Amino acid sequence: MSEAVLLIGTKKGLWIGRSDAARKDWQLDGPVPEFEMQGVYAVGIDTRGDRPRLFVGGTSEHWGPAVFHSDDLGKSWAEPPEGSIGFPEDADASLERVWQIQPGPPGQPGVVYAGSEPQALWKSTDGGVTFELVRGLWDHPHRSEWGAGFGGAAIHTVVPHPTDPDRVSVAMSTGGVYRTADGGATWSPANQGIQAKFFPDPYPEFGQCVHKLAAHPDAPERLFAQNHHGVYRSDDGGAVWTSIADGLPSDFGFPIVVHPHEPETVYVFPLVADANRIPTGAQCRVFRSRDAGATWEPLAAGLPDVSYVPVLRDAMSTDTADPAGVYVGTRDGCVYASPDAGDGWVEVARHLPDVLTVRAAVVG
Amino acid sequence: MIGVRLPTVLRPFAGGAERVEVEARSVAEAFAALDAPLRRRLTDEQGAIRRHVNIYLGDDNIRDLDGLGTPLDDGDELLILPSVAGG
Repeated sequence: MSEAVLLIGTKKGLWIGRSDAARKDWQLDGPVPEFEMQGVYAVGIDTRGDRPRLFVGGTSEHWGPAVFHSDDLGKSWAEPPEGSIGFPEDADASLERVWQIQPGPPGQPGVVYAGSEPQALWKSTDGGVTFELVRGLWDHPHRSEWGAGFGGAAIHTVVPHPTDPDRVSVAMSTGGVYRTADGGATWSPANQGIQAKFFPDPYPEFGQCVHKLAAHPDAPERLFAQNHHGVYRSDDGGAVWTSIADGLPSDFGFPIVVHPHEPETVYVFPLVADANRIPTGAQCRVFRSRDAGATWEPLAAGLPDVSYVPVLRDAMSTDTADPAGVYVGTRDGCVYASPDAGDGWVEVARHLPDVLTVRAAVVG
Repeated sequence: MIGVRLPTVLRPFAGGAERVEVEARSVAEAFAALDAPLRRRLTDEQGAIRRHVNIYLGDDNIRDLDGLGTPLDDGDELLILPSVAGG
């Protein structure tokens, strides 16, 4: 019997939405006791194995960060005694928080990536139980020049190539997009064409404030990026970027996601501007493009007509069911689910703490 | 033996215990003797006491003594308290 599970990470804990495969009627569990009062910046669902594995990266302001996993859909949570993730002694750094937990492609069982603050990439080869620092990026000569966005100096997005295990792209605020083609040994910035209005040179090699990066596994050379002002597409794996913001009411926002089955369908949540971070038109509207960013349409059915709160960078996601589900969580603690690729939306939760991250899957 | 008294929120990492006992001659040794899941919540991976964790020996915050190097005598009690932080 298939069921849907929706992990909702908030500034003060984890909630779990549960539904049948139709994804129209949701029950909400939470706050989950293990993560009470923790900032849950990263959640993940790995559907590759015999049974789905859930991940939660939470940070207690008192007791520090930790990554837990669950193999029973969130009924119980585990971590190894020495913890899942932490800097080695010679790195001379301490983990502040985990911002991203990204299971690898189907052809790389056991591989799970994590992105953290301070800006580091981590790789697990044991299914996400333990993570190791990716030294090539940590030792990058640019690292001392990467800045901290308002949210913190973090690698917040990891996009593994779907078939080539040596190729991975990451995004950080601020620093921009970096990619490796040799399994993480060496990394190059990939920001040509992306504007950084906050520098004297608005087109630097690196230093851009990319808010989110996304790609579809069937079109791995095509990347989408929502930047701190600027929505972009690259058709050559990140070498060159071009704006796709013309059809949007604003080029500012945080999340960007791609439809799981349609490589040209992409979703964003525009905000008015850097200096006015409320939804355009003061309405809660997801914008969808079905032509890789050439044209955009607002999605409204079931979403509030009045809203003054953003959707943060990791608080939009899709599942891989058919029809595809799309999920958004807002800073006023509402979560909306669309079981039909954005055509209509239902409310899953309201009045939660700020929603930081959402991930969903139909399992079983 | 050194007693280490835990706030409620940390007791799940000590099998539910309100107080644990360790053999130690300094705060650092006391922490090293704790189970890893509990120890990791008091110190980061480089061994530093977490910013918003306070550890008292009697009425003194060990930060005002010799930090992790603070010597302990048999029968001493350490009290772990979260600082007032956050919103």
